[in-house]
Amino acid sequence: MKIPIYLDNNATTPMDPRVLEAMLPYFTDIFGNAASRNHEFGWEAEAAVEGARETIARAIGADPKEIVFTSGATESDNLAIKGVAHMYRPKGDHIITVTTEHKAVIDTCKALERDGFRVTYLPVDKEGFVELDRLREAITDKTILVSVMHGNNEIGTLQDIKSIGAICREHGVLFHTDATQTIGKVPFNVEEMNVDLASFTGHKMYGPKGCGALYVRKRKPRVRLVAQMDGGGHERGMRSGTLNVPGIVGFGKALELAMAEMEQDIAHARTLRDKLWTKLKESLDELYINGPDPLEKNEQRLPGNLNVSFAYVEGEAMMMGIRDIAVSSGSACTSASLEPSYILKALGVGEDLAHTSIRFGIGRFTTEEEIDYTLNQVIEAVNKLREMSPLYEMAKLGIDLKSVEWAHH
Amino acid sequence: MAYSEKVIDHYNNPRNVGTLDPNDSTVGTGLVGAPECGDVMRLQLKINPETGVIEDAKFKTFGCGSAIASSSYATELIKGKNVEEAAAIKNTQIVADLNLPPVKIHCSVLAEDAIKAAIEDYKKKQAQAHPAEAVA
Repeated sequence: MKIPIYLDNNATTPMDPRVLEAMLPYFTDIFGNAASRNHEFGWEAEAAVEGARETIARAIGADPKEIVFTSGATESDNLAIKGVAHMYRPKGDHIITVTTEHKAVIDTCKALERDGFRVTYLPVDKEGFVELDRLREAITDKTILVSVMHGNNEIGTLQDIKSIGAICREHGVLFHTDATQTIGKVPFNVEEMNVDLASFTGHKMYGPKGCGALYVRKRKPRVRLVAQMDGGGHERGMRSGTLNVPGIVGFGKALELAMAEMEQDIAHARTLRDKLWTKLKESLDELYINGPDPLEKNEQRLPGNLNVSFAYVEGEAMMMGIRDIAVSSGSACTSASLEPSYILKALGVGEDLAHTSIRFGIGRFTTEEEIDYTLNQVIEAVNKLREMSPLYEMAKLGIDLKSVEWAHH
Repeated sequence: MAYSEKVIDHYNNPRNVGTLDPNDSTVGTGLVGAPECGDVMRLQLKINPETGVIEDAKFKTFGCGSAIASSSYATELIKGKNVEEAAAIKNTQIVADLNLPPVKIHCSVLAEDAIKAAIEDYKKKQAQAHPAEAVA
């Protein structure tokens, strides 16, 4: 077993060696510009890009012409939301999204609000699910786009996007989903799920960083976008810029592997995640799952994702106690903004518990040995830190921490 | 973010973790911070009423590694000092001695506040125990 252990696969994944192998020739031998139409170098590069496009399209039930390559999911989210907003402005100025979306969606919507658009941020229930009736009620005749992510990066909630897509279709509103955490990880099909636009990226599925895609529906309905970058008119005019040929080849290979191995990847990630959660609960008290409980709603949570609040133990201190293990925390101390996670807040998790949350992300290359090691380390760290925690002592003495008058600073 | 060696040392080997009897009139307890803010420090001092010397200090902290290190270090700093010397300790000393980065300065402020709050509590208790006498 190699130390440190990587358990942050919702942030990024290591590249599969088979992906690297597929990419290598495209850095040196086949280095042409895919837009060079007049020589062999360009043709070879173009053929590689079109092969990857075909693979990626097929994986999500789309046509190759519906795939636009970008630099990653953030760019795809921006292109989808701003592109639709600016194209359909004559039709309406209202967008609906959700409070637990990724910043790439939330901040894009905030930017549109500054441009005069109106945005509704739907609340979620305590497990992170959007209530379908609330969505129905929020749609008006000015609504042009609904954007709801498929799988949540922090809490693993898998939205019922098939039903959400159906509601949008019924009301004639375009539906975008940020599927960064799910494509290649769980079944996803643009036809079955009534999706009009979908963002995703290579590096969450054992592919390279810096290469993503946006699915843009071509028929029934045909979605039109205003490009967000001016230039040579690549990608059918939707995204100018020389294509990242090695990245695209790697992205295609990564998704090809993910589709071929999805069943075993899911089983592997679920088995290890469920073991981690079960054993933690057996060994420690006062643990709170954030998002749907995998032991009750396995199908509604990302397979390798576990997010737990270890009450009375601050997240950054915990991460310091398990320094050999790479995880992430919703604690303010670990975020750039110095605010605890807005996603946990949206679930109604109190700030006190948000500060104690740790996200574990299990992936294709995580081993059972690593999970066993993690269990020991986490249990030891929590016990040690609780021994040191005045809050744990007070709670054990039966003091209601909510009744204490704290000196806020 | 990398932690300084001193912070790591105090985190791994915290000094004076524990609880003193809060009802003892020679024990002052300072509880500062709030769970919603991600830091709560409890510092307890056992003070000799005759000499005013801090004979023992214990802490428990909910907070990041720097908060734990700041409180652990504070107990080391004040043990053996008298009340006036302890009350004069500034957070900047903790920042300097532990090499705390700017985002962690609030941890040292909390430690200073905890010392002051514990001394306050001790003085209040002494005044109640010996209403007629001046308190050390």
